[in-house]
Amino acid sequence: MSKASAYGSVLALGAALGALPLATESNVLLNFLIFLLIVAVAATGWNLLGGYGGQFSFGHAAFFGTGAYGMAILQERAGLNAWAALPIAIALGAAVGRVIGVLAFRARLRGSYFALVTLAFAEVLRILANVLPMTGGAAGILIRLRIDPWHFQFADRRVFYWVALGFLVGALLLVRAMERCRFGAWLVAVRENEDAACALGVDTVAVKVAAITLSAAITAAAGCLYAQKFLYLDAAIAYGPWISVEALLAPVIGGAGTVFGPVLGALVLLGLGELTKAWIGTLTGGAVPGVDLVLFGVLLILCVAFAPRGILGLLSRLRFGLRWARS
Amino acid sequence: MGTLLTVENVTVRFGGLVAVDRASFTVAESTITGLIGPNGAGKTTLFAVVSGFLAPQQGRIVFAGADVTREPVHVRARRGIARTFQIVQPFAGLSVRENIAVGAYLRHRDRADALAEADRVACRVGLDRLLHLPAAALTVAGRKRLELARALATRPRLLLLDEVLAGLNPSELRDVLPIIRAIRDEGVTILMVEHVMQAVMSLCEHVHVLAQGRLLAQGTPAEIARDPRVIEAYLGHGAAQRLGSGASGHA
Ligand SMILES: Nc1ncnc2c1ncn2[C@@H]1O[C@H](COP(=O)(O)OP(=O)(O)OP(=O)(O)O)[C@@H](O)[C@H]1O
Ligand SMILES: [Mg+2]
Repeated sequence: MSKASAYGSVLALGAALGALPLATESNVLLNFLIFLLIVAVAATGWNLLGGYGGQFSFGHAAFFGTGAYGMAILQERAGLNAWAALPIAIALGAAVGRVIGVLAFRARLRGSYFALVTLAFAEVLRILANVLPMTGGAAGILIRLRIDPWHFQFADRRVFYWVALGFLVGALLLVRAMERCRFGAWLVAVRENEDAACALGVDTVAVKVAAITLSAAITAAAGCLYAQKFLYLDAAIAYGPWISVEALLAPVIGGAGTVFGPVLGALVLLGLGELTKAWIGTLTGGAVPGVDLVLFGVLLILCVAFAPRGILGLLSRLRFGLRWARS
Repeated sequence: MGTLLTVENVTVRFGGLVAVDRASFTVAESTITGLIGPNGAGKTTLFAVVSGFLAPQQGRIVFAGADVTREPVHVRARRGIARTFQIVQPFAGLSVRENIAVGAYLRHRDRADALAEADRVACRVGLDRLLHLPAAALTVAGRKRLELARALATRPRLLLLDEVLAGLNPSELRDVLPIIRAIRDEGVTILMVEHVMQAVMSLCEHVHVLAQGRLLAQGTPAEIARDPRVIEAYLGHGAAQRLGSGASGHA
Protein backbone atom coordinates (compact mmCIF):
# COMPACT_ATOMS: atom_id res chain seq x y z
CA MET A 1 0.00 0.00 0.00
CA SER A 2 1.34 3.41 -0.92
CA LYS A 3 1.91 6.04 1.73
CA ALA A 4 -0.80 8.26 0.25
CA SER A 5 -3.47 5.57 0.30
CA ALA A 6 -2.41 4.33 3.75
CA TYR A 7 -2.99 7.69 5.41
CA GLY A 8 -5.49 8.98 2.86
CA SER A 9 -7.98 6.24 3.67
CA VAL A 10 -7.96 7.26 7.35
CA LEU A 11 -8.45 10.92 6.46
CA ALA A 12 -11.25 10.00 4.03
CA LEU A 13 -13.09 8.09 6.75
CA GLY A 14 -12.61 11.08 9.04
CA ALA A 15 -14.06 13.44 6.43
CA ALA A 16 -17.05 11.18 5.78
CA LEU A 17 -17.83 10.84 9.48
CA GLY A 18 -17.25 14.57 9.93
CA ALA A 19 -19.98 15.34 7.41
CA LEU A 20 -22.62 13.24 9.22
CA PRO A 21 -23.82 15.92 11.69
CA LEU A 22 -24.47 18.23 8.75
CA ALA A 23 -27.13 15.77 7.58
CA THR A 24 -28.93 15.31 10.88
CA GLU A 25 -30.17 17.45 13.74
CA SER A 26 -31.33 14.47 15.79
CA ASN A 27 -29.92 14.60 19.32
CA VAL A 28 -30.61 10.91 19.83
CA LEU A 29 -28.53 10.06 16.78
CA LEU A 30 -25.75 12.48 17.74
CA ASN A 31 -25.57 11.07 21.25
CA PHE A 32 -25.35 7.59 19.81
CA LEU A 33 -22.60 8.62 17.40
CA ILE A 34 -20.58 10.31 20.14
CA PHE A 35 -20.81 7.19 22.27
CA LEU A 36 -19.81 5.14 19.23
CA LEU A 37 -16.71 7.31 18.72
CA ILE A 38 -15.71 6.94 22.36
CA VAL A 39 -15.99 3.14 22.17
CA ALA A 40 -14.15 3.15 18.82
CA VAL A 41 -11.23 5.06 20.37
CA ALA A 42 -11.09 2.65 23.32
CA ALA A 43 -11.24 -0.30 20.90
CA THR A 44 -8.46 1.18 18.77
CA GLY A 45 -6.31 1.18 21.89
CA TRP A 46 -7.15 -2.46 22.58
CA ASN A 47 -6.44 -3.31 18.94
CA LEU A 48 -2.89 -1.97 19.10
CA LEU A 49 -1.97 -4.46 21.83
CA GLY A 50 -4.41 -7.28 21.08
CA GLY A 51 -4.76 -7.10 17.32
CA TYR A 52 -1.19 -6.23 16.38
CA GLY A 53 0.65 -7.64 19.38
CA GLY A 54 -1.49 -10.72 20.02
CA GLN A 55 -1.73 -9.93 23.74
CA PHE A 56 -5.42 -10.22 24.62
CA SER A 57 -6.42 -8.00 27.50
CA PHE A 58 -9.67 -8.50 29.42
CA GLY A 59 -9.03 -5.40 31.48
CA HIS A 60 -8.80 -2.32 29.30
CA ALA A 61 -11.24 -0.74 31.76
CA ALA A 62 -8.15 -0.15 33.92
CA PHE A 63 -6.91 2.39 31.35
CA PHE A 64 -10.29 3.80 30.36
CA GLY A 65 -11.20 4.38 34.00
CA THR A 66 -7.85 5.93 34.86
CA GLY A 67 -8.22 8.40 32.01
CA ALA A 68 -11.78 9.22 33.02
CA TYR A 69 -11.10 9.56 36.76
CA GLY A 70 -7.89 11.44 36.02
CA MET A 71 -9.88 13.99 34.06
CA ALA A 72 -12.51 14.37 36.79
CA ILE A 73 -10.18 14.41 39.79
CA LEU A 74 -7.63 16.79 38.25
CA GLN A 75 -10.40 19.28 37.51
CA GLU A 76 -12.53 18.89 40.62
CA ARG A 77 -9.94 18.17 43.30
CA ALA A 78 -6.81 19.84 41.88
CA GLY A 79 -8.56 22.71 40.15
CA LEU A 80 -6.83 22.15 36.83
CA ASN A 81 -8.18 23.39 33.55
CA ALA A 82 -9.75 20.58 31.49
CA TRP A 83 -7.32 20.93 28.59
CA ALA A 84 -4.36 20.85 30.98
CA ALA A 85 -5.85 17.80 32.72
CA LEU A 86 -6.25 15.94 29.43
CA PRO A 87 -2.57 15.09 28.70
CA ILE A 88 -1.94 14.30 32.37
CA ALA A 89 -4.94 11.92 32.50
CA ILE A 90 -3.74 10.21 29.33
CA ALA A 91 -0.23 9.91 30.80
CA LEU A 92 -1.70 8.39 33.99
CA GLY A 93 -3.52 5.77 31.89
CA ALA A 94 -0.29 5.05 30.01
CA ALA A 95 1.55 4.70 33.32
CA VAL A 96 -0.97 2.13 34.57
CA GLY A 97 -0.48 0.25 31.29
CA ARG A 98 3.26 0.35 31.69
CA VAL A 99 3.16 -0.97 35.25
CA ILE A 100 0.87 -3.87 34.27
CA GLY A 101 3.04 -4.54 31.22
CA VAL A 102 6.32 -4.58 33.13
CA LEU A 103 4.89 -6.89 35.80
CA ALA A 104 3.11 -9.27 33.43
CA PHE A 105 5.58 -9.42 30.55
CA ARG A 106 8.72 -9.62 32.69
CA ALA A 107 7.05 -12.56 34.42
CA ARG A 108 6.59 -14.07 30.92
CA LEU A 109 2.81 -14.24 31.26
CA ARG A 110 1.07 -15.10 28.01
CA GLY A 111 -2.35 -15.95 26.65
CA SER A 112 -5.05 -16.49 29.23
CA TYR A 113 -2.68 -15.78 32.13
CA PHE A 114 -2.01 -12.31 30.79
CA ALA A 115 -5.73 -11.79 30.14
CA LEU A 116 -6.60 -12.76 33.70
CA VAL A 117 -3.95 -10.47 35.18
CA THR A 118 -5.33 -7.48 33.26
CA LEU A 119 -8.84 -8.38 34.42
CA ALA A 120 -7.61 -8.59 38.01
CA PHE A 121 -5.98 -5.15 37.80
CA ALA A 122 -9.16 -3.59 36.42
CA GLU A 123 -11.22 -5.16 39.19
CA VAL A 124 -8.84 -4.00 41.91
CA LEU A 125 -9.00 -0.46 40.54
CA ARG A 126 -12.81 -0.67 40.40
CA ILE A 127 -13.01 -1.75 44.03
CA LEU A 128 -10.54 0.97 45.10
CA ALA A 129 -12.45 3.65 43.18
CA ASN A 130 -15.59 2.49 44.92
CA VAL A 131 -14.22 3.19 48.42
CA LEU A 132 -11.57 5.91 48.15
CA PRO A 133 -12.67 9.44 49.12
CA MET A 134 -10.66 10.93 46.25
CA THR A 135 -12.84 9.25 43.64
CA GLY A 136 -16.03 10.11 45.49
CA GLY A 137 -16.45 6.50 46.61
CA ALA A 138 -19.73 4.79 45.83
CA ALA A 139 -21.45 8.14 45.24
CA GLY A 140 -19.23 8.84 42.27
CA ILE A 141 -17.81 12.13 41.11
CA LEU A 142 -19.43 15.01 39.22
CA ILE A 143 -17.60 17.38 36.92
CA ARG A 144 -19.11 20.83 37.34
CA LEU A 145 -21.24 22.00 34.48
CA ARG A 146 -19.40 24.91 32.87
CA ILE A 147 -20.43 25.06 29.27
CA ASP A 148 -17.52 26.72 27.62
CA PRO A 149 -14.99 25.41 25.09
CA TRP A 150 -12.31 26.62 27.55
CA HIS A 151 -13.58 23.92 29.93
CA PHE A 152 -13.95 21.23 27.24
CA GLN A 153 -17.75 21.52 27.40
CA PHE A 154 -19.77 22.55 24.40
CA ALA A 155 -23.26 23.96 23.99
CA ASP A 156 -23.52 22.33 20.58
CA ARG A 157 -23.39 18.50 20.61
CA ARG A 158 -21.96 18.56 17.12
CA VAL A 159 -18.81 20.30 18.34
CA PHE A 160 -18.21 17.57 20.89
CA TYR A 161 -18.79 15.04 18.12
CA TRP A 162 -16.11 16.67 15.99
CA VAL A 163 -13.67 16.80 18.87
CA ALA A 164 -14.25 13.11 19.58
CA LEU A 165 -13.84 12.38 15.88
CA GLY A 166 -10.53 14.23 16.01
CA PHE A 167 -9.42 11.85 18.78
CA LEU A 168 -10.44 8.84 16.71
CA VAL A 169 -8.71 10.04 13.55
CA GLY A 170 -5.59 10.82 15.60
CA ALA A 171 -5.62 7.32 17.11
CA LEU A 172 -6.14 5.68 13.72
CA LEU A 173 -3.30 7.70 12.17
CA LEU A 174 -1.06 6.64 15.05
CA VAL A 175 -1.89 2.98 14.46
CA ARG A 176 -1.34 3.40 10.73
CA ALA A 177 2.05 5.01 11.33
CA MET A 178 2.93 2.18 13.69
CA GLU A 179 1.97 -0.38 11.03
CA ARG A 180 4.54 1.18 8.74
CA CYS A 181 7.54 1.41 11.04
CA ARG A 182 10.05 -0.86 12.67
CA PHE A 183 8.20 -1.02 15.98
CA GLY A 184 5.04 -2.21 14.19
CA ALA A 185 6.94 -4.92 12.33
CA TRP A 186 8.49 -6.11 15.59
CA LEU A 187 5.12 -6.09 17.37
CA VAL A 188 3.49 -8.20 14.66
CA ALA A 189 6.49 -10.54 14.71
CA VAL A 190 5.97 -11.01 18.45
CA ARG A 191 2.32 -11.90 17.79
CA GLU A 192 3.21 -14.40 15.08
CA ASN A 193 6.09 -16.18 16.81
CA GLU A 194 7.96 -14.92 19.86
CA ASP A 195 10.89 -17.33 19.60
CA ALA A 196 11.54 -16.46 15.98
CA ALA A 197 11.23 -12.76 16.79
CA CYS A 198 13.83 -12.81 19.53
CA ALA A 199 16.19 -14.91 17.41
CA LEU A 200 16.07 -11.98 14.96
CA GLY A 201 17.13 -9.53 17.64
CA VAL A 202 13.72 -8.34 18.82
CA ASP A 203 13.60 -7.47 22.52
CA THR A 204 10.15 -8.99 22.91
CA VAL A 205 9.54 -7.81 26.47
CA ALA A 206 10.43 -4.21 25.61
CA VAL A 207 8.22 -4.31 22.51
CA LYS A 208 5.24 -5.63 24.47
CA VAL A 209 5.71 -3.10 27.26
CA ALA A 210 5.84 -0.26 24.73
CA ALA A 211 2.73 -1.63 23.03
CA ILE A 212 0.67 -1.85 26.23
CA THR A 213 1.78 1.67 27.19
CA LEU A 214 0.62 3.12 23.86
CA SER A 215 -2.53 1.02 23.92
CA ALA A 216 -3.36 2.22 27.42
CA ALA A 217 -2.77 5.84 26.45
CA ILE A 218 -5.27 5.61 23.58
CA THR A 219 -7.90 3.87 25.70
CA ALA A 220 -7.33 6.41 28.49
CA ALA A 221 -8.04 9.17 25.95
CA ALA A 222 -11.40 7.50 25.32
CA GLY A 223 -12.01 7.63 29.08
CA CYS A 224 -11.23 11.36 29.09
CA LEU A 225 -13.81 11.89 26.35
CA TYR A 226 -16.35 9.90 28.31
CA ALA A 227 -15.80 12.01 31.42
CA GLN A 228 -16.27 15.26 29.51
CA LYS A 229 -19.34 13.98 27.68
CA PHE A 230 -21.29 12.66 30.67
CA LEU A 231 -19.69 14.78 33.44
CA TYR A 232 -20.37 12.02 35.93
CA LEU A 233 -18.44 8.87 36.87
CA ASP A 234 -18.72 6.06 39.32
CA ALA A 235 -16.58 2.95 39.71
CA ALA A 236 -18.92 0.69 37.72
CA ILE A 237 -18.91 3.09 34.78
CA ALA A 238 -15.24 3.99 34.68
CA TYR A 239 -13.64 0.70 35.69
CA GLY A 240 -16.60 -1.60 34.93
CA PRO A 241 -16.26 -4.69 32.75
CA TRP A 242 -18.59 -3.21 30.11
CA ILE A 243 -15.81 -1.17 28.52
CA SER A 244 -13.28 -4.02 28.73
CA VAL A 245 -15.80 -6.16 26.86
CA GLU A 246 -16.67 -3.58 24.22
CA ALA A 247 -13.05 -2.54 23.64
CA LEU A 248 -12.22 -6.20 23.02
CA LEU A 249 -15.31 -7.25 21.05
CA ALA A 250 -15.27 -4.36 18.58
CA PRO A 251 -11.85 -5.19 17.08
CA VAL A 252 -12.47 -8.94 17.23
CA ILE A 253 -15.76 -8.55 15.34
CA GLY A 254 -14.53 -5.86 12.96
CA GLY A 255 -11.10 -7.32 12.29
CA ALA A 256 -8.28 -7.34 14.85
CA GLY A 257 -4.90 -6.17 13.61
CA THR A 258 -6.43 -3.88 10.96
CA VAL A 259 -6.73 -0.11 11.25
CA PHE A 260 -10.46 0.07 10.54
CA GLY A 261 -11.53 -3.14 12.28
CA PRO A 262 -12.30 -1.52 15.66
CA VAL A 263 -14.38 1.25 14.06
CA LEU A 264 -16.43 -1.15 11.96
CA GLY A 265 -16.80 -3.52 14.90
CA ALA A 266 -17.96 -0.74 17.23
CA LEU A 267 -20.55 0.31 14.66
CA VAL A 268 -21.89 -3.24 14.25
CA LEU A 269 -21.80 -3.94 17.96
CA LEU A 270 -23.48 -0.76 19.18
CA GLY A 271 -25.77 -0.46 16.16
CA LEU A 272 -27.17 -3.96 16.57
CA GLY A 273 -27.28 -3.42 20.33
CA GLU A 274 -29.50 -0.36 19.98
CA LEU A 275 -31.72 -1.99 17.35
CA THR A 276 -32.22 -5.07 19.50
CA LYS A 277 -33.03 -3.00 22.55
CA ALA A 278 -35.62 -1.03 20.58
CA TRP A 279 -37.10 -4.14 19.00
CA ILE A 280 -37.37 -6.06 22.29
CA GLY A 281 -38.78 -2.90 23.83
CA THR A 282 -41.66 -2.77 21.33
CA LEU A 283 -42.24 -6.52 21.71
CA THR A 284 -42.45 -6.56 25.49
CA GLY A 285 -43.49 -2.99 26.06
CA GLY A 286 -40.50 -2.25 28.27
CA ALA A 287 -36.72 -2.37 28.46
CA VAL A 288 -35.15 -5.74 29.11
CA PRO A 289 -31.82 -5.14 30.87
CA GLY A 290 -28.87 -7.13 29.60
CA VAL A 291 -30.38 -7.99 26.24
CA ASP A 292 -27.46 -6.30 24.45
CA LEU A 293 -25.03 -8.50 26.38
CA VAL A 294 -26.85 -11.57 25.08
CA LEU A 295 -26.51 -10.16 21.59
CA PHE A 296 -22.78 -9.49 22.09
CA GLY A 297 -22.33 -13.11 23.13
CA VAL A 298 -24.13 -14.33 20.02
CA LEU A 299 -22.05 -12.02 17.81
CA LEU A 300 -18.84 -13.30 19.36
CA ILE A 301 -19.83 -16.92 18.80
CA LEU A 302 -20.78 -16.20 15.16
CA CYS A 303 -17.50 -14.39 14.69
CA VAL A 304 -15.36 -17.16 16.14
CA ALA A 305 -17.24 -19.75 14.06
CA PHE A 306 -17.46 -18.00 10.70
CA ALA A 307 -15.10 -15.03 10.66
CA PRO A 308 -12.13 -15.70 12.92
CA ARG A 309 -10.39 -12.67 11.45
CA GLY A 310 -13.42 -10.43 11.83
CA ILE A 311 -15.64 -8.85 9.21
CA LEU A 312 -12.73 -7.21 7.39
CA GLY A 313 -10.88 -10.54 7.32
CA LEU A 314 -13.98 -12.19 5.89
CA LEU A 315 -14.35 -9.49 3.23
CA SER A 316 -10.73 -9.72 2.11
CA ARG A 317 -11.07 -13.51 1.92
CA LEU A 318 -14.21 -13.16 -0.22
CA ARG A 319 -12.49 -10.66 -2.49
CA PHE A 320 -9.46 -12.92 -2.80
CA GLY A 321 -11.76 -15.87 -3.51
CA LEU A 322 -13.61 -13.95 -6.23
CA ARG A 323 -10.39 -12.93 -7.94
CA TRP A 324 -9.18 -16.48 -7.73
CA ALA A 325 -12.47 -17.82 -9.17
CA ARG A 326 -12.31 -15.37 -12.06
CA SER A 327 -8.73 -16.13 -13.00
CA MET B 1 42.51 -16.85 11.22
CA GLY B 2 41.03 -15.99 14.62
CA THR B 3 38.56 -17.87 16.75
CA LEU B 4 35.04 -16.43 16.57
CA LEU B 5 33.20 -18.80 18.88
CA THR B 6 34.37 -20.77 21.87
CA VAL B 7 32.14 -23.31 23.56
CA GLU B 8 33.73 -24.16 26.87
CA ASN B 9 32.80 -27.12 29.00
CA VAL B 10 29.07 -26.76 28.39
CA THR B 11 26.64 -29.07 30.17
CA VAL B 12 22.85 -29.08 29.74
CA ARG B 13 20.58 -31.35 31.74
CA PHE B 14 16.86 -31.89 31.25
CA GLY B 15 15.89 -33.41 34.58
CA GLY B 16 17.89 -36.63 34.72
CA LEU B 17 18.86 -36.58 31.04
CA VAL B 18 22.24 -35.09 30.20
CA ALA B 19 21.66 -33.66 26.70
CA VAL B 20 25.06 -31.98 26.42
CA ASP B 21 27.94 -33.25 28.51
CA ARG B 22 30.97 -30.99 29.06
CA ALA B 23 31.26 -30.06 25.40
CA SER B 24 34.15 -27.82 24.35
CA PHE B 25 35.07 -26.70 20.86
CA THR B 26 35.92 -23.62 18.83
CA VAL B 27 34.83 -22.24 15.50
CA ALA B 28 37.35 -20.32 13.40
CA GLU B 29 36.37 -17.08 11.72
CA SER B 30 35.18 -17.22 8.09
CA THR B 31 34.92 -20.99 7.93
CA ILE B 32 32.11 -23.45 7.48
CA THR B 33 32.24 -25.81 10.43
CA GLY B 34 30.04 -28.86 10.69
CA LEU B 35 28.43 -30.28 13.81
CA ILE B 36 27.24 -33.80 13.19
CA GLY B 37 26.04 -36.70 15.26
CA PRO B 38 23.24 -39.24 15.56
CA ASN B 39 19.66 -38.26 16.45
CA GLY B 40 19.36 -37.03 20.00
CA ALA B 41 23.08 -36.31 20.28
CA GLY B 42 22.40 -32.81 21.59
CA LYS B 43 23.18 -30.74 18.50
CA THR B 44 20.03 -28.61 18.58
CA THR B 45 20.42 -28.21 22.34
CA LEU B 46 23.95 -26.92 21.82
CA PHE B 47 22.66 -24.41 19.24
CA ALA B 48 20.08 -23.25 21.75
CA VAL B 49 22.86 -22.64 24.27
CA VAL B 50 25.02 -20.72 21.81
CA SER B 51 22.12 -18.53 20.65
CA GLY B 52 20.83 -17.96 24.19
CA PHE B 53 17.55 -19.88 24.24
CA LEU B 54 18.87 -22.22 26.91
CA ALA B 55 21.10 -21.45 29.88
CA PRO B 56 23.66 -24.20 30.41
CA GLN B 57 24.01 -25.70 33.90
CA GLN B 58 27.74 -25.36 33.47
CA GLY B 59 30.22 -23.84 31.03
CA ARG B 60 30.73 -20.66 29.03
CA ILE B 61 30.07 -19.29 25.56
CA VAL B 62 32.61 -16.77 24.30
CA PHE B 63 31.78 -14.89 21.12
CA ALA B 64 34.30 -12.56 19.47
CA GLY B 65 36.19 -12.27 22.72
CA ALA B 66 33.15 -11.48 24.89
CA ASP B 67 31.58 -13.85 27.41
CA VAL B 68 27.93 -13.97 26.32
CA THR B 69 26.79 -16.85 28.54
CA ARG B 70 24.41 -14.66 30.56
CA GLU B 71 23.13 -12.53 27.68
CA PRO B 72 19.55 -12.83 26.40
CA VAL B 73 18.83 -14.01 22.86
CA HIS B 74 18.15 -10.60 21.31
CA VAL B 75 21.39 -9.11 22.63
CA ARG B 76 23.38 -11.96 21.11
CA ALA B 77 21.53 -11.43 17.84
CA ARG B 78 22.67 -7.80 17.90
CA ARG B 79 26.24 -8.96 18.45
CA GLY B 80 25.87 -11.01 15.29
CA ILE B 81 24.74 -14.50 16.28
CA ALA B 82 21.86 -15.70 14.07
CA ARG B 83 20.21 -19.10 14.09
CA THR B 84 17.72 -21.02 12.03
CA PHE B 85 15.25 -23.43 13.60
CA GLN B 86 15.29 -27.13 12.81
CA ILE B 87 11.51 -27.06 13.21
CA VAL B 88 10.82 -24.04 11.02
CA GLN B 89 9.24 -21.07 12.77
CA PRO B 90 7.83 -18.77 10.08
CA PHE B 91 5.68 -15.74 10.88
CA ALA B 92 2.84 -17.64 9.24
CA GLY B 93 0.44 -14.73 8.84
CA LEU B 94 3.00 -12.48 7.14
CA SER B 95 4.28 -12.44 3.59
CA VAL B 96 7.71 -13.78 2.70
CA ARG B 97 8.93 -10.21 2.27
CA GLU B 98 7.59 -9.12 5.67
CA ASN B 99 9.17 -12.17 7.29
CA ILE B 100 12.60 -11.29 5.96
CA ALA B 101 12.11 -7.59 6.74
CA VAL B 102 11.76 -8.40 10.47
CA GLY B 103 15.34 -9.66 10.31
CA ALA B 104 16.48 -6.70 8.23
CA TYR B 105 15.05 -4.20 10.74
CA LEU B 106 17.80 -5.24 13.15
CA ARG B 107 20.30 -3.17 11.15
CA HIS B 108 17.92 -0.77 9.41
CA ARG B 109 15.62 1.57 11.29
CA ASP B 110 13.96 2.85 8.14
CA ARG B 111 11.15 0.84 6.52
CA ALA B 112 12.25 1.48 2.93
CA ASP B 113 15.81 0.35 3.75
CA ALA B 114 14.59 -2.78 5.55
CA LEU B 115 12.30 -3.75 2.68
CA ALA B 116 15.05 -3.14 0.13
CA GLU B 117 17.40 -5.32 2.18
CA ALA B 118 14.69 -8.00 2.39
CA ASP B 119 14.37 -7.97 -1.39
CA ARG B 120 18.13 -8.30 -1.83
CA VAL B 121 18.35 -11.21 0.60
CA ALA B 122 15.36 -12.91 -1.02
CA CYS B 123 17.18 -12.69 -4.33
CA ARG B 124 20.27 -14.33 -2.91
CA VAL B 125 18.44 -17.33 -1.50
CA GLY B 126 16.11 -17.67 -4.47
CA LEU B 127 12.88 -16.48 -2.86
CA ASP B 128 12.51 -13.39 -5.05
CA ARG B 129 9.57 -14.79 -7.02
CA LEU B 130 7.66 -15.66 -3.85
CA LEU B 131 8.04 -12.35 -2.01
CA HIS B 132 4.34 -11.59 -1.80
CA LEU B 133 3.15 -15.06 -0.88
CA PRO B 134 2.07 -15.67 2.70
CA ALA B 135 4.78 -17.66 4.48
CA ALA B 136 2.17 -20.30 5.33
CA ALA B 137 1.84 -21.08 1.58
CA LEU B 138 5.51 -22.09 1.17
CA THR B 139 6.65 -25.69 0.64
CA VAL B 140 9.06 -27.31 3.09
CA ALA B 141 12.00 -26.33 0.90
CA GLY B 142 10.67 -22.78 0.70
CA ARG B 143 10.31 -22.54 4.45
CA LYS B 144 13.89 -23.70 4.96
CA ARG B 145 15.03 -20.98 2.60
CA LEU B 146 12.95 -18.47 4.50
CA GLU B 147 14.67 -19.48 7.74
CA LEU B 148 18.01 -18.90 6.05
CA ALA B 149 16.90 -15.58 4.52
CA ARG B 150 15.58 -14.16 7.78
CA ALA B 151 18.76 -15.06 9.65
CA LEU B 152 20.88 -13.64 6.85
CA ALA B 153 18.93 -10.39 6.85
CA THR B 154 20.22 -9.66 10.37
CA ARG B 155 23.73 -9.39 8.85
CA PRO B 156 25.22 -11.98 11.22
CA ARG B 157 28.87 -12.67 11.91
CA LEU B 158 28.04 -16.22 12.97
CA LEU B 159 25.26 -18.15 11.30
CA LEU B 160 23.96 -21.28 13.03
CA LEU B 161 22.19 -23.49 10.49
CA ASP B 162 20.17 -26.33 12.02
CA GLU B 163 19.43 -28.87 9.27
CA VAL B 164 18.50 -26.31 6.61
CA LEU B 165 19.18 -28.97 3.97
CA ALA B 166 16.99 -31.70 5.46
CA GLY B 167 14.06 -32.66 3.25
CA LEU B 168 15.45 -31.03 0.13
CA ASN B 169 15.55 -33.11 -3.06
CA PRO B 170 18.86 -33.47 -4.96
CA SER B 171 18.14 -30.63 -7.36
CA GLU B 172 17.16 -28.26 -4.55
CA LEU B 173 20.31 -29.34 -2.74
CA ARG B 174 22.39 -28.47 -5.81
CA ASP B 175 20.84 -24.99 -5.76
CA VAL B 176 21.42 -24.32 -2.06
CA LEU B 177 25.03 -25.49 -1.62
CA PRO B 178 26.53 -22.61 -3.67
CA ILE B 179 24.34 -20.14 -1.76
CA ILE B 180 25.83 -21.29 1.54
CA ARG B 181 29.33 -21.18 0.14
CA ALA B 182 28.76 -17.65 -1.13
CA ILE B 183 27.63 -16.54 2.33
CA ARG B 184 30.89 -17.83 3.79
CA ASP B 185 32.87 -16.13 1.03
CA GLU B 186 31.48 -12.81 2.21
CA GLY B 187 33.10 -13.41 5.58
CA VAL B 188 30.18 -14.87 7.54
CA THR B 189 31.22 -17.75 9.77
CA ILE B 190 28.89 -20.74 9.53
CA LEU B 191 28.31 -23.52 12.03
CA MET B 192 25.97 -26.09 10.56
CA VAL B 193 24.19 -29.11 11.94
CA GLU B 194 23.54 -31.47 9.08
CA HIS B 195 22.59 -35.08 8.43
CA VAL B 196 23.11 -34.82 4.67
CA MET B 197 26.67 -36.19 4.56
CA GLN B 198 27.22 -35.26 0.95
CA ALA B 199 26.67 -31.61 1.92
CA VAL B 200 28.91 -31.84 4.99
CA MET B 201 31.68 -33.36 2.89
CA SER B 202 31.50 -30.73 0.20
CA LEU B 203 30.95 -27.64 2.37
CA CYS B 204 32.74 -27.99 5.68
CA GLU B 205 36.37 -27.28 6.35
CA HIS B 206 36.16 -28.71 9.81
CA VAL B 207 33.73 -31.08 11.52
CA HIS B 208 32.90 -31.77 15.17
CA VAL B 209 31.13 -35.01 16.03
CA LEU B 210 28.74 -35.12 18.97
CA ALA B 211 27.35 -38.38 20.36
CA GLN B 212 25.19 -38.68 23.46
CA GLY B 213 26.05 -35.15 24.43
CA ARG B 214 29.82 -35.62 24.24
CA LEU B 215 32.25 -34.44 21.65
CA LEU B 216 33.58 -37.61 20.15
CA ALA B 217 35.91 -36.53 17.38
CA GLN B 218 36.91 -33.62 15.22
CA GLY B 219 38.87 -33.03 12.06
CA THR B 220 38.47 -32.53 8.34
CA PRO B 221 35.49 -34.25 6.73
CA ALA B 222 37.79 -36.88 5.22
CA GLU B 223 39.37 -37.67 8.60
CA ILE B 224 35.96 -37.90 10.23
CA ALA B 225 34.63 -40.25 7.58
CA ARG B 226 37.48 -42.67 8.28
CA ASP B 227 37.31 -42.45 12.07
CA PRO B 228 36.13 -45.79 13.47
CA ARG B 229 34.70 -44.10 16.61
CA VAL B 230 32.43 -42.00 14.42
CA ILE B 231 31.25 -44.96 12.38
CA GLU B 232 30.48 -46.80 15.61
CA ALA B 233 28.54 -43.89 17.01
CA TYR B 234 26.31 -43.84 13.95
CA LEU B 235 25.95 -47.55 13.28
CA GLY B 236 26.40 -49.16 16.68
CA HIS B 237 29.08 -50.99 18.61
CA GLY B 238 31.38 -53.12 16.48
CA ALA B 239 30.14 -51.63 13.22
CA ALA B 240 33.51 -50.30 12.16
CA GLN B 241 35.03 -53.73 12.47
CA ARG B 242 32.14 -55.44 10.66
CA LEU B 243 32.29 -52.90 7.87
CA GLY B 244 36.05 -53.34 7.61
CA SER B 245 35.86 -57.15 7.41
CA GLY B 246 32.83 -56.95 5.09
CA ALA B 247 34.75 -54.72 2.72
CA SER B 248 37.79 -57.01 2.68
CA GLY B 249 35.54 -60.04 2.17
CA HIS B 250 34.10 -58.57 -0.99
CA ALA B 251 37.45 -57.56 -2.36
N1 LIG C 1 13.20 -29.24 26.08
C1 LIG C 1 13.60 -30.50 26.31
N2 LIG C 1 13.18 -31.16 27.42
C2 LIG C 1 13.59 -32.41 27.66
N3 LIG C 1 14.42 -33.11 26.88
C3 LIG C 1 14.89 -32.50 25.77
C4 LIG C 1 14.51 -31.19 25.43
N4 LIG C 1 15.12 -30.84 24.27
C5 LIG C 1 15.84 -31.90 23.90
N5 LIG C 1 15.72 -32.90 24.80
C6 LIG C 1 16.42 -34.20 24.74
O1 LIG C 1 17.79 -33.92 24.70
C7 LIG C 1 18.45 -34.80 23.80
C8 LIG C 1 19.17 -34.01 22.74
O2 LIG C 1 18.21 -33.43 21.88
P1 LIG C 1 18.59 -32.54 20.63
O3 LIG C 1 17.34 -32.05 20.04
O4 LIG C 1 19.59 -31.53 21.03
O5 LIG C 1 19.26 -33.61 19.65
P2 LIG C 1 19.76 -33.41 18.17
O6 LIG C 1 21.17 -33.81 18.17
O7 LIG C 1 19.42 -32.07 17.67
O8 LIG C 1 18.90 -34.52 17.42
P3 LIG C 1 18.27 -34.51 15.94
O9 LIG C 1 19.37 -34.92 15.04
O10 LIG C 1 17.23 -35.56 16.02
O11 LIG C 1 17.75 -33.16 15.68
C9 LIG C 1 17.37 -35.72 23.26
O12 LIG C 1 17.40 -36.92 24.03
C10 LIG C 1 16.10 -34.98 23.48
O13 LIG C 1 15.03 -35.86 23.68
MG1 LIG D 1 18.29 -31.32 16.18
